[in-house]
Amino acid sequence: MATNDLKLLSTPSSPFALRVKIALNIKGLDYDNIVETMNPKSDLLLQSNPVYKKIPVLIHGDKPISESAIIVEYIDEVWKNNGTPILPSNAYDCAIARFWVAYIDDKWYNSSRNHLVAQNEESKKANFDQMEEVLLRLEDVLNKYSEGKEFFGGDKIGFLDIGFGSYLSWLRVTEKMIGKKVLDETKTPALVKWAEAFVAHPAVKGNLPEIDKLLEFAKGLVQRMAAAACPK
Amino acid sequence: MEDIKVFGLWSSPFSQRVVWTLKLKGVSYEYYDEDLANKSNLLLQYNPIYKKVPVLVHNGKPISESMVIVQYIDETWPQIPLLPQDAYERAKARFWSKFIEEKSMQMMEFFLYDGERQERAIKETLDILRVIENESGLSEKMFICGNTIGLADIALGWVAHTLPVMEEIVGVKFITIDAFPHLHSWVKNFLEIPVIKNNLPPHEKLVEYFRERRKVFLAMASHHHHH
Repeated sequence: MATNDLKLLSTPSSPFALRVKIALNIKGLDYDNIVETMNPKSDLLLQSNPVYKKIPVLIHGDKPISESAIIVEYIDEVWKNNGTPILPSNAYDCAIARFWVAYIDDKWYNSSRNHLVAQNEESKKANFDQMEEVLLRLEDVLNKYSEGKEFFGGDKIGFLDIGFGSYLSWLRVTEKMIGKKVLDETKTPALVKWAEAFVAHPAVKGNLPEIDKLLEFAKGLVQRMAAAACPK
Repeated sequence: MEDIKVFGLWSSPFSQRVVWTLKLKGVSYEYYDEDLANKSNLLLQYNPIYKKVPVLVHNGKPISESMVIVQYIDETWPQIPLLPQDAYERAKARFWSKFIEEKSMQMMEFFLYDGERQERAIKETLDILRVIENESGLSEKMFICGNTIGLADIALGWVAHTLPVMEEIVGVKFITIDAFPHLHSWVKNFLEIPVIKNNLPPHEKLVEYFRERRKVFLAMASHHHHH
């Protein structure tokens, strides 16, 4: 039984659950990882997140917290004396980090997902172009804010590193599925280096989903979505 | 001397969030109203990603996205805090703020359409309001997550005065005392806050503005329908 009384409702494939795991690792916190099948959703999940009915949910004692970015901020605030800080120390850098995580969760999440399940070439290309635009912007942000250090957060991984890094496994799966690089050192060299450093980071390393398993999961998802898509 | 600039649009619910927050905190700023059909070079320079209002520029450093700006203001000028002290209460406040922010555009969709599409949009707005009514703690507290105005109330504020304008034009009424007793009280309480009351765009001007917008939206919807 975890000493801090922390439970995490998660799935192995979720980038959002991964964010929380990384944050908990940065702070050196033990937790019970409760893997949800999502089909059906457990009573605990439905009670803990009645609004969205989604994972991840962190349950601290009897207090449920939902939405990955919000959970990460919570962990950072409650255990501010553990490990290293996740959010930047000054308000402006916080605003920049929050802005970019929101941007990623909008532009990257939607285009990478839509690219995966797109039913025609035109849609695939449009989404791929959007993905490339996100990567180019993040390359700029990394060059501008890291001050030559390894991570968006500087020497240590921070909110924006976790925000985008959590999508890297899915990015690799996309690369396998299309047989083409998405993260390309000729286009975004700093981001390529950053990705290598991120996945090797001790707080991240043991928690990434196996790419082959994720690939199978992704293929299943694509098939289900193709079957569900209404022909126009 | 602090240099604070706000690029906004007087009729925009998102811009208002920033104005209310600065006014609540008693922070002085220069305001620039943008003509969205003819965006200023400064706006495009300060918000190259989205090219939208509102943008806050503090000592030359720009921030965009209304609720990111609101949190920044709250953290930089801590008087009249918009977030509780307790970490769990803060997480709840941020949750509701995010939920409301995410759903705001969807809540306004009924204003873009007519006919069956509007009916579906009206139902969506009602569903979203129901979640806020039942789950956000308004049954126990005057405001969302507290007895003083907070982050989530600022996010929802447009519902208190811009939504009624849209409702007036379209001929619907969402927040009745019977259907949404808590939200109904919340609207009253929100509008009674002196800073809010004194910083609302003039009602008639807003009606006129949205009447014009309604014509544009209906023309667009009709075009797509016949495409």
